[in-house]
Amino acid sequence: MANPLFRKHILSIPDFSREELELIVDTAARLKASPRDDLLQGRLIASCFFEPSTRTRLSFETAIQRLGGRVIGFDNASNTSTKKGETLSDSIRIISSYADAIVMRHHKEGAARLASEFSEVPVINGGDGANQHPSQTLLDLFTIRETQGTLEGLSLAFVGDLKYGRTVHSLAQALSLFGCRFYFVGPEALAMPDYICEMLAERGVSYTLAETIEEVIPEVDVLYMTRVQKERFDEADYQKIQGRFVLREDMLKGARDNMKILHPLPRVDEIETAVDASPHAYYFEQAKNGVFARQALLSLVLNETV
Amino acid sequence: MTITRTVEGLKNGTVIDHIPAGQGLRILRLFKLAELGERVNVGFNLSSRHMGAKDLIKVENVELTEAQANELALFAPKATVNVIRDSEVVKKHKLAMPATIEGIFACPNSNCISHVEPVDSFFYVSEQTNDIKLKCKYCEKGFSKDIVTAVE
Repeated sequence: MANPLFRKHILSIPDFSREELELIVDTAARLKASPRDDLLQGRLIASCFFEPSTRTRLSFETAIQRLGGRVIGFDNASNTSTKKGETLSDSIRIISSYADAIVMRHHKEGAARLASEFSEVPVINGGDGANQHPSQTLLDLFTIRETQGTLEGLSLAFVGDLKYGRTVHSLAQALSLFGCRFYFVGPEALAMPDYICEMLAERGVSYTLAETIEEVIPEVDVLYMTRVQKERFDEADYQKIQGRFVLREDMLKGARDNMKILHPLPRVDEIETAVDASPHAYYFEQAKNGVFARQALLSLVLNETV
Repeated sequence: MTITRTVEGLKNGTVIDHIPAGQGLRILRLFKLAELGERVNVGFNLSSRHMGAKDLIKVENVELTEAQANELALFAPKATVNVIRDSEVVKKHKLAMPATIEGIFACPNSNCISHVEPVDSFFYVSEQTNDIKLKCKYCEKGFSKDIVTAVE
């Protein structure tokens, strides 16, 4: 029987069942433990970055090539027919007739779902504006499972920009299927949006709003840091909150042994570099896991069995 | 009295009655009822015993389906939609909130891809305790009904 993701589009975290998320995480773990170079043999993947991105694009293209597949594509839209005014739907119709799957990033929200309606081959969303970035969430889930041994019943704190950070929204959506509990730590102006809080309430997930990083550190298995962008505030407001959501090494004294610090990167100054040497720091390993999570996705979408 | 005249005034078609006053023109425009090439009679600010004032639309030779009638529920949940054949009311649609609504309202999110591509807008409708929420299929943003219906 074909795996449930075979020939499916990968667009948005709420589209996935708990079992599908577990399948991807299991597959990523298997590919990390025993790398394969044949799962995309003879396959051609279009890597269409209508909006530039370094890490996501390189990580997808590494995943494809390591699995034996080949890549065509572009890393920004400026030299493509988009510049001449071609619609995304026309571009996708054509590209999908060339390749076996399309990995795409686009600055408009909903671009990947729209593309999936015009594509003959699976579309994998590498980020659509402020909406979704499912492969980031899958690598986060894989990293959490790798460090904690389970996704079930964990305590996590999300710190920083909870309003605009699509990463934290998608991760909260995914982990709400696993009975986790959450702490939200961030400036009031960047609080978790209502629709996420409503979804958590509907699913009976408990969450706590906390004022400081220090108070949640002893309570959690995962500390998920994000960047508070200066440009979201006027200068006076920024001065007030500056430094409040920065993780310093001395704060980690009361942490549980298993506690790991994650961050979607790029990091600016919200995690002091002294934290990097701590056994709790796991964000660079997390970024490395991006390749395995994306290998898992591509393998499942393009092979009946993996 | 009014009902008799309404039915008499229309041999075949659809009568949308009990529209809250002020919504008639929006319904006419959003549902493109005037673009069907059929005769349309409209009444604005008609007196109504229950509503005070109401709007009314009669479209000749067009029978609104149940799904089309339900799309009206977002603006005018208490509107009545009667289908007329040979001057007889043959169907009274009871308006129910539709599960989805397509091609009527533009997505309020200006960065939504649906604005710049050849697709109809598409919302999933969900009824909540004090509100009706519409969630765009494309950008996945959820909006209160009043925000979506106010977009011109």
